[in-house]
Amino acid sequence: MPAAGHGRELFVEKLRWKLEMSLDIDQVRQVARLARLEVRDEDIGHYASQLNQIMDMVDQLSAAETGDALPMAHPLSMVQRLRPDRVTEENQREKFQANSPVVEQGLFQVPKVIE
Amino acid sequence: MSIHDLSLKQMAQALRSKQFSSHELTEHYLRRIEKLDPKLNSFVTVTADRALAQADAADALIRKGKIGPLTGIPIVQKDIFCTEGVRTACGSRMLESFVSPYDAHVVSRLHTDSGAVMLGKSNMDEFAMGSSNETSWYGPVKNPWDLQRVPGGSSGGSAAAVAAGLAPAATGTDTGGSIRQPAAITNLTGVKPTYGRVSRYGMIAFASSLDQGGVLARSAEDAAIVLQAMSGFDPRDSTSVDREVEDYSGQLNRSIKGMRIGLPREYFSDGLGDAVRESVMNAADELVRQGAELVDVSLPNAPLSVPTYYVVAPAEASSNLARYDGVRYGHRAQGARTLDELYTRSRGEGFGPEVQRRIMVGTYVLSHGYYDAYYLKAQKVRKLIYEDFRKAFQKCDLLLGPTTTEPAFKLGAKTDDPVSMYLNDIYTIAANLAGLPALSLPCGFVDVSADPDDTSKGRAMSAGESLGEGALPVGMQLIGKFFDEARLFGVAHQYQQVMKWHERMPRGFE
Repeated sequence: MPAAGHGRELFVEKLRWKLEMSLDIDQVRQVARLARLEVRDEDIGHYASQLNQIMDMVDQLSAAETGDALPMAHPLSMVQRLRPDRVTEENQREKFQANSPVVEQGLFQVPKVIE
Repeated sequence: MSIHDLSLKQMAQALRSKQFSSHELTEHYLRRIEKLDPKLNSFVTVTADRALAQADAADALIRKGKIGPLTGIPIVQKDIFCTEGVRTACGSRMLESFVSPYDAHVVSRLHTDSGAVMLGKSNMDEFAMGSSNETSWYGPVKNPWDLQRVPGGSSGGSAAAVAAGLAPAATGTDTGGSIRQPAAITNLTGVKPTYGRVSRYGMIAFASSLDQGGVLARSAEDAAIVLQAMSGFDPRDSTSVDREVEDYSGQLNRSIKGMRIGLPREYFSDGLGDAVRESVMNAADELVRQGAELVDVSLPNAPLSVPTYYVVAPAEASSNLARYDGVRYGHRAQGARTLDELYTRSRGEGFGPEVQRRIMVGTYVLSHGYYDAYYLKAQKVRKLIYEDFRKAFQKCDLLLGPTTTEPAFKLGAKTDDPVSMYLNDIYTIAANLAGLPALSLPCGFVDVSADPDDTSKGRAMSAGESLGEGALPVGMQLIGKFFDEARLFGVAHQYQQVMKWHERMPRGFE
């Protein structure tokens, strides 16, 4: 829990963002949550300010006349190549798992998911 | 003249005629790295033992008369390319202990197939996100032309190493200018080929529709040799193009007489430093003297390339970097009680601030309710930018413009202002969005000694002037049609036959 003084500062800052910014502190928190990034409380304001600067720059796009332009996802107009459905790679489980922080009996270990 | 002043062609010739062995050549560079790199921090890993073993293998081949253009030639790999058995950290704490179980296509092409020697892995911005090399978890890289300045990024370690003569050539990757911008501000020739020309297999992904591997070298001739060896079809990359690679070296001497060079108006408008403008225009005059013709062209949507990029690239990055979960490989936070906590804490600790910013921007522009306004809109503008190039190339054979607005800036000058950092790539990003090949080459020096903190007040230096303190290199950029790399190399090589900016070396690294 943040100290009372810190909580008040955060509240004031939140209000300020709501008034001035396209992305407020709660939205930044939500975006960080969606992206599975732990952002410390003391850093949220800084990130919010920088993300707003970036989004302000990006907002130039809204003025562009795109008319009936087709969205371009990729520089090459190519068709996805297909290959025969054959096993081409050998099993290299141990080699690949050598990079895992915690492996036991060939399985990746994570904290308990189901109680 | 020292060994490290030789061109790749001269080095191969010396190896062939047994003037020196690859072992001796490799030791020469390893000694220079040991002595000079502490000033630069351009290497994150030096693979001395492996390099000498590869050199010995190359020497054995040379004795048997089996020598190709890169046999026994040392190079450095950007630490974004996976190298089997050698740590591949990609500038990130996330991959601090990641030892790749396989080689990238580029790595096997250069070392296994072509016999080049790997000196080590070069420093870079974290996950290639940055234009100054300051986002690296392994510390910033210094520019050998002025140790208080950045070498550019994200291939900043590759640029500094080659510019300082610690390696004759290096690989790089370019998503929005990450080869060309560092090349320009360290006096190198850097090439980003057409999207699909070089396989992305084993090249750690940032923005998959923009990323492309390439080369930083001391001349167009050298860059052509290395790119030749790296290029070509690879079935393991679904966007690799199955198309014959032209003979780049064989076309270097093609005359540029009658070639139509387009100058995009938007690349010379406000925002371009006067001294850089003068240097690029002087270079254009030289190309005219050699018989080229200048054509006025317009890329009306080019000014929108930075905002377009900062939607498309973070969107793709947020998706590509979702794989770092702290479970299968990479950094893992200690003491997490739930799986969700393991993800969020591992990612919060493992990624630096710039990477987290971009993941958040990407997550936001792809999120429900914003997708159409940002992502779809950006894809439409991307199409307009592509169409601008298509129309311009109806009037000319290639485009010429500046690579950067200014020479190198000082370390720390832009670290807290992401938008001003992003504007570094204002002239380079459009080629990535369109997928076109582009090359930066040295076109002069700017004397900033009058006001070292404001490079826009610098003065363009003339070719004969000696380079005192405050002399910083600048580059010009050639953008070509799809798969027209050979033409870019040819024009650059013809320019470098007359103008010798690229032969200048930074003081203290001669």
